[in-house]
Amino acid sequence: MKLRSRLKQIFAVAILTVPALALAQPSAPAPSGPATQEQIASLQAAVQNAQSNADNAWMLVSAALVLLMTGPGLALFYGGLVRKKNILATMMQSFAMMGLVTILWAILGYSLAFGHGNSFIGGFDHLFLRGVGVAPNTDYAATIPEQTFMVYQLMFAIITPALITGAFAERMKFSAMAVFLSLWSLVVYSPMAHMVWGVGGFLNAIGGHFPSLDFAGGTVVHVTSGVSALVTAIYLGKRLGYPHTAMPPHSMVLSFIGACLLWVGWFGFNAGSALNSGGLATSAFVNTHFAAAAAALGWTITEWIHNGKPTALGAISGAVAGLVAITPASGFVEPFPALLIGLIAGAFCSLMVFEVKSRLGYDDSLDAFGVHGAGGTLGALMTGLFATKAINSIFGKDAPTGAADGHWGQLINQSAGIAIAWILSAVGTLVLLFIVDKVIGLRVSPEDESTGLDLSQHGEEGYDLNS
Amino acid sequence: MLKIEAILQPSKLDAVKDALLEAGIEGMTILEARGHGRQKGHTEFYRGREYTVDLLPKVKIELVVTDEMKEKALQAIIGAARTGRIGDGKIFVSRIEDAIRIRNDEHGETAL
Repeated sequence: MKLRSRLKQIFAVAILTVPALALAQPSAPAPSGPATQEQIASLQAAVQNAQSNADNAWMLVSAALVLLMTGPGLALFYGGLVRKKNILATMMQSFAMMGLVTILWAILGYSLAFGHGNSFIGGFDHLFLRGVGVAPNTDYAATIPEQTFMVYQLMFAIITPALITGAFAERMKFSAMAVFLSLWSLVVYSPMAHMVWGVGGFLNAIGGHFPSLDFAGGTVVHVTSGVSALVTAIYLGKRLGYPHTAMPPHSMVLSFIGACLLWVGWFGFNAGSALNSGGLATSAFVNTHFAAAAAALGWTITEWIHNGKPTALGAISGAVAGLVAITPASGFVEPFPALLIGLIAGAFCSLMVFEVKSRLGYDDSLDAFGVHGAGGTLGALMTGLFATKAINSIFGKDAPTGAADGHWGQLINQSAGIAIAWILSAVGTLVLLFIVDKVIGLRVSPEDESTGLDLSQHGEEGYDLNS
Repeated sequence: MLKIEAILQPSKLDAVKDALLEAGIEGMTILEARGHGRQKGHTEFYRGREYTVDLLPKVKIELVVTDEMKEKALQAIIGAARTGRIGDGKIFVSRIEDAIRIRNDEHGETAL
């Protein structure tokens, strides 16, 4: 073994030197003598600069990819699944998050998530983005400007409340939705992000009370949004006529495009969460893709057996479920476990949607809980199972990462993260819904609901074929 | 004068239109319609929920012809639209009292 690796080294050195010698011959002789301190320092600065620029390029692209997931990705995915009288209202709910959460993030949200605070919530040190400039924040990402980190994390803060809108589609007032989700991003999202990713956070993998592994937001994004979705669907009640009236999707084509955009955007979501453009990003990229593909298969096969036909909606829903489940695991597992995670998530989420929803009778209109809540919880658990130090030795150079390395205790840490995400989301959502319901009223009138939210809330129509 | 209303499978519209033109019928109105007869509907699946779609897309052709043209027009429609399977459609014939060409006030068969 030792001899073989020694031989490999010699071979590598030989390969690298031969062309270098060939190139060196015709050029002018290099200046002789030892390099000065000054030269070494400037060389180091140049190397650092090159790495920083490379990382920054990838992180800015990733940030744009994550925004692409909300608009147009999620807006189209959800928009196609509702009836045509509600498409604009549904798309506007996602778009409103792009506006509202951005403003809140700049004022307060970023500071509450990533500022120095206690174990549960950040402080006010970055209020109005104070101190957030082009210098890196070494607490989080030492090679990119803090503003890059800030805007990248903002895109996560945007999509998370937007995911909830699938549960209350076709029946909530625009005003109530805007206030509810704005408050939600401060009361539920920022604290959860701080606990898992923030310095000194309760669940932070490095130094937290329960070091829980969440690479790109399985608990922070998907469990919180999924559980809040379930609570909102139950609190708000069913749509008029559900489940007796048929409410099939009005445009599978739009949903199809949306889901494919989500898949592409997810590379920014997961591979970007490496916060650099190195090998870990590649690992997360590959895992993301593998899980999505396997989950599309898992959902389709289950559906084929269960209902007799493989549907397009099943295939794309499966892909999204796989992307959700791999999110926490993407930077911790190897490619074959990623395939397995996807396959299981596709089958599991489809059964959540086919069986559990209809048995319990709640109207989670577009299955935000069935896909994000269920898939996120499952993914967070399987992260503890398959995480390995071969991919990410986050607990120290030789320390085991997950159960795959024999560290079964990680499953307890993962469960703690999941439990806290469930409790914070359920309680926070319930309190906010109660307040907004008393002050504004959550639901549109039955007349407005049958007219459709496009006309009743916005005074326009998605499709006016007579104009 | 007679009005012929034919409800057809949308896929047969072009064939019927061509057959009518060939038979010498010059004017017709086409409506997109939804409905069902004995064919009933079909079922669709979305995320495991089964939906029965009982009103299927159809097209309806309306034309008004002179009494002499009746058989020719009916044969043209039947010939082009029949597949022999359930769901081919129906034709209704009714008598028309008058027809008026808006452009020049012509009445009766000359207005057709």
